[in-house]
Amino acid sequence: MTELTPLLRASNLTKKFGGVTAVSNVDFDLQEGQLLGVIGPNGSGKTTLVNLITGFVKPTAGRIEFRGKDITGWPPYKVVSEGISRTFQMVRPFYQLPAYKNLIVPLYSPRVKKLAGGKYGNRDAVALDLLEEVGFERDAHVSYKKAGALPQGYLKRLELAKSMALRPDLIILDELFSGLSLAEVASIVPIIEKLKHQGKTIIMIEHRLKELFRIADRVMVLNYGRKIAEGQAKDVMESPDVKEAYLGSEAE
Amino acid sequence: MNRRKERIDRGVKARSADIFALTSYREMLYLMIPGAVPVVALLCFSPMLSDYWREVIISTAIYALLAMSWDMLMCAGLLSLGQSLFFGIGSYISGSLNYYAGLPPILTLPIATILGGLLCTVLLLPVLRLRGIYFAMVTLVVPLMLSRLVEATRILGGTEGLTGLTPFPNPLTALFIIQLALLVTLFGFRRIMGSDYGLVVKGISDNDRSVMSAGLNIYWYKAQVLFLGSSVGCFAGAFGTHMDMFAGMPGFALDYSIMPVAAAVVGGVGTFAGPLIGAFILVPLSEMLRALGSLRMVFYGLFLVVFVVGMPEGIFAYIQRKYQQMERWVDVS
Amino acid sequence: MLLGTLIYGFVNSAILALLAMGFNLTFGISGVANFAYGAVYIFSGFSVWILLNTFGIPYLLAVLIAILLAALMGLAIYYGVILRIKGMPLSEVMATFGLGLAIMELFRYFDFVGFRYTLPVFIDGSFSIGDVYIDYQRMIIGLIAIGLTFGLYLFTNHTRTGLAFRAIAQDERTALTFGIDADLVGGLSMALGCALAAIAAVVILPLGTIAVEGGYEVLINALAVCIVGGLGSTVGILVASVLIGYSQTITANYLEPHWMMLVSLIAIAIVLVVKPSGLFSHQKELEERI
Repeated sequence: MTELTPLLRASNLTKKFGGVTAVSNVDFDLQEGQLLGVIGPNGSGKTTLVNLITGFVKPTAGRIEFRGKDITGWPPYKVVSEGISRTFQMVRPFYQLPAYKNLIVPLYSPRVKKLAGGKYGNRDAVALDLLEEVGFERDAHVSYKKAGALPQGYLKRLELAKSMALRPDLIILDELFSGLSLAEVASIVPIIEKLKHQGKTIIMIEHRLKELFRIADRVMVLNYGRKIAEGQAKDVMESPDVKEAYLGSEAE
Repeated sequence: MNRRKERIDRGVKARSADIFALTSYREMLYLMIPGAVPVVALLCFSPMLSDYWREVIISTAIYALLAMSWDMLMCAGLLSLGQSLFFGIGSYISGSLNYYAGLPPILTLPIATILGGLLCTVLLLPVLRLRGIYFAMVTLVVPLMLSRLVEATRILGGTEGLTGLTPFPNPLTALFIIQLALLVTLFGFRRIMGSDYGLVVKGISDNDRSVMSAGLNIYWYKAQVLFLGSSVGCFAGAFGTHMDMFAGMPGFALDYSIMPVAAAVVGGVGTFAGPLIGAFILVPLSEMLRALGSLRMVFYGLFLVVFVVGMPEGIFAYIQRKYQQMERWVDVS
Repeated sequence: MLLGTLIYGFVNSAILALLAMGFNLTFGISGVANFAYGAVYIFSGFSVWILLNTFGIPYLLAVLIAILLAALMGLAIYYGVILRIKGMPLSEVMATFGLGLAIMELFRYFDFVGFRYTLPVFIDGSFSIGDVYIDYQRMIIGLIAIGLTFGLYLFTNHTRTGLAFRAIAQDERTALTFGIDADLVGGLSMALGCALAAIAAVVILPLGTIAVEGGYEVLINALAVCIVGGLGSTVGILVASVLIGYSQTITANYLEPHWMMLVSLIAIAIVLVVKPSGLFSHQKELEERI
């Protein structure tokens, strides 16, 4: 049986910032339709990994392949055109614009035009629909509020909507749950599950392990830029390396 | 008893939003008057002016074009301290075409506009990747150096420049052309920036990481904006050349760089109408103060500082606010 | 000829370095763009002249007062103008530019124009190295440039204030949490930058006349050196000064003097194509902003 080409393959990915090695020889494959969780202590290189895949940072060494195509070193806009989108850990919307206007920019991108068959259509309407999908209540007119006036829960959803607007095949969510209450997380999880049902591939970087493990198919652990474990959530958490990374080892 | 100032939209403003504007003549007039009245006044009265004041209006219009060009660049976060670069290049291109190839203004103007725009865009392309301050520095330095280059190498007429160029057939034609250009630029730029394209451009200025991650090539958009802005600047230079029948080093003078910035800051950055108003205030003012010589530049400089610090939104925003909203004192319990 | 080129090239480089140092310090280390730099330079020159000729104050004292005045001016600009508009993109460029413009043109208005506005050299006369004559003033310029470079290096790397400067440049909010007063540091960096402009002025102006055009020239040259060398990098400024300085001298000696301006233009053009942010700049474009 021939192996399916993975949707995303990272080989030997390395990134050095001067003397600091942020990511070191990371390999992984990601099959289409899977949800991969990426966890690890702060500073373990998770966000840098995302930056490498999405083109915000060029790797010092290594390759990234998407659908077999070599996308190493591509600039962000080209990576997005291929079908990868991401959210940012530090959410920064266009504060002066109403929430739905924030989506106009991603809806303006060439990929959206291409997928819509060459026309853009009514961007405002699409934006409002998208916001409703991520939980902006239509009758409360939340979508019309200025982004600067929205609380963090809504801002995170807006961020998610922005990445969904690009109709990606692979979505990378960088600590989407950070700063949210349990209830807010519980309300966003169904949206992510729906994306999965639609066939999207998802990478989630998270610190909220309990919530992540409920929806992740596989989990990868990074520490000091290296991959130290990969597999099913419960197996990964049994690994002594992972335990040491998160909890430390016994005092001598 | 404590009071606070409350600002709310005027009734007529709220009623004239969106489709409701068509409900009555009053609403429609409310929307149209601010735009229509000055334009109509300008078009009707300017041909009736004396020669001297007509020249002032034309000079004002040239600076207004440069100011609107500056504003367009600023929308994408490109602070230009060298509008004279565009002016000078437009001036030299149209001047050279006229002097060496004998082309008439009707050809040199459009060629200088497009060609100049392309040239300036290509020239400044490398700087687009850098922070805004680099754009400011490079645009400040390059025209001044080009001026010295012309002086040193004596090309294109050297210090004397290209003289005896073809003027416009008659003063009213010139007036008509420049006013047309003014209106096309004003309404055109406002239209562009009011559309979704404008949102993208302003997004680049505000938060370029966001726009990049939205799948848009920000440098391509910056280049487009640069082309739009520089073309208008080059047009101004080309027009000025045929007005003065001269193209030379003064085209790169600091005056053409500073006045548009001062006009935009005074009038209101980002509004296009603001820079226009700013120019229509500052240029006639400086004409009247012409007797004071260098004091003119002192005023520009001071205007710049005072407005950047004290009224950063500019005069246009202030007027707009008064027109659209009313303020009143409200008791706070 | 070669020795002459070597020596005068060195002096030329020293002049450029002196001009760029103040601007680079203020911007690179504290993020404040002081486009009134040229105005401060001219102001210092005229101050010394006025103190010397109108008030009869001894030369050295006048120089010191002028440097102090420049530093105070920097503080005044910072607290009066820059603080009020901090955070708004590029507003400080416009405001300082306008201020500098107003100051310089004010001098022109009050007729500070003409050949009688000169400053005397510190030590008269010249000496010879080999068969090349060099005047003491030019030598002093070179020595001061070297001295200042070392002094600044020691200051920014080995004193608490200097380290505070660099902290603010790297991450203002974190620096604040360490108890570093960002406003004070900003004001000091501005004052220091202006003082450096004044030092450059008093050493260089004796070579010629004090002219308002000189203020614009200074700004252009300082910016050109910073563009080529990379804003914020002292090493870059030095290398750029040497490159441009020697290229200009070589051009003047072996080709024709009026091509000298071309050198800066070409240098900028090359840098823009090869490494737009400057030869030694720290900015890695996108990476530093994520």
